[in-house]
Amino acid sequence: MGASPYVLECIHLSRRTPGGMVLLEDVNFSLAAGEILAITGPSGAGKSSLLRLLNRLDEPTAGKVLLHGQDYRELPPQRLRRHVGVVMQRAFLFPGTVASNVAFGPAQAGFQISSRAIEDLLAQVGLPGYASRNVANLSGGEAQRVAILRSLANDPELLLLDEPTSALDEVSKSAVENVLVSLIRRRKLSCVWVTHDDRQARRLAARMLVLQQGRVQALHPCMGERD
Amino acid sequence: MIFKLFHTQLSQGLAACAIAAVIALLVVLLARRRGVEMMGELPLAQLRGILQIVAVGLILAYLLHGSQWIAVPVLGAMMVAAAAIVRDRARMIPRAFTLALLSILVGAGIIVAVTILTGVVPLRLAILIPVGSMLVAQTMNMQSLFLDRLRDDILAHIGEVESALALGASPQTAAMPYISAAFRASLIPSVDNIRSLGIVWIPGLMAGMVLSGSSPVYAALYQFVVLSIIFSAAALTCFTASYLVMGRIFSPEEQLLLRPER
Repeated sequence: MGASPYVLECIHLSRRTPGGMVLLEDVNFSLAAGEILAITGPSGAGKSSLLRLLNRLDEPTAGKVLLHGQDYRELPPQRLRRHVGVVMQRAFLFPGTVASNVAFGPAQAGFQISSRAIEDLLAQVGLPGYASRNVANLSGGEAQRVAILRSLANDPELLLLDEPTSALDEVSKSAVENVLVSLIRRRKLSCVWVTHDDRQARRLAARMLVLQQGRVQALHPCMGERD
Repeated sequence: MIFKLFHTQLSQGLAACAIAAVIALLVVLLARRRGVEMMGELPLAQLRGILQIVAVGLILAYLLHGSQWIAVPVLGAMMVAAAAIVRDRARMIPRAFTLALLSILVGAGIIVAVTILTGVVPLRLAILIPVGSMLVAQTMNMQSLFLDRLRDDILAHIGEVESALALGASPQTAAMPYISAAFRASLIPSVDNIRSLGIVWIPGLMAGMVLSGSSPVYAALYQFVVLSIIFSAAALTCFTASYLVMGRIFSPEEQLLLRPER
């Protein structure tokens, strides 16, 4: 990839539905290595639509996305998506064991992740000994931690989080947030974190981008970063 | 009862059709109690079916005295009509008509060609057209079942499919669990037909052959042949459709295009 100082740049990024409805209009921002950028805004502001564009689950209708200065359309989609991890609002685990879910991403690139490596990863998210468990028997918080691990097993440089704690109860929410922040810092990941919770955004991120009706309303530093 | 009331073969046939249609409508009325609404669809389908089959009967009676090559446009027209019916079932799947037509052409076309070349199906109009039409009809049914199930399963699992894509999986890998399930489900009726042959049902073709003077054993063996080639044609059609459908439900950029209707 290129030699840009930014991991990610969005330049005049727009998306409209085939019917012409504006989902995003002229969104511009950049993300430095190791930075956490929070994206906030009311429901329907375009937060999830923006995240879907960043790993090309949807196609921009105008503008471009650069990864290390390179237009991401020059990368094969499968390679791009291994480089840009996503954790969605719900876990959407595949039927089977925790281990088979964690091993899924690396297997797509032809790598077999060892049982020992899976155990080590599970220990990092507070789920030691869970490898052979059936995902159908996990709680919401446990499932979301497995989804986070499944994404990190691809060793991405950039992590996209789409309200990863919003579907959880208060106890699980705090546990999952702690796990995420610890992993992001330990791995020095760059991160775009979508949240509708302003306090969470201020707690976690270095900067906050506020979306309103698909347009950037504000992009400013956060008041205090979490220790 | 109808034999006492009606005295010509035609009037008896029409009366039998009317009674069969009324029975089907009564069953559909019963099904409404379980939330299945087909009253708008069935009467039209029945009317269409009877007009079509009577028209085909008249055309066949005329064609059977012509050249054997007439089988090509007749079976071709049946394939086009079958593809149009599959398209109606496969709503929300873009360009479903060409998908269905190509799949039927490959599935039914290859099996018809192989069976003619090997002599399993004699190159005689009186056999080729009825057997070919059975193949086309069954490939149509199974492809409709396959596409209907596949679309519904993917719509119910958009999160899982997009999670797999987001982890770097190809569209084939992301959709494979739903393709396999739809493929298996669409072949169940055909496998069950073969399994229950002679025990649960005696198919019309065999009954017709026996009535027209063929040996019952030969008729039975030939019925097995027909059901086996129907299975092969249907499986080959669904196999072809399972590849062609990927280009309809995923974009070249490997994005899922199927979305729930608003």
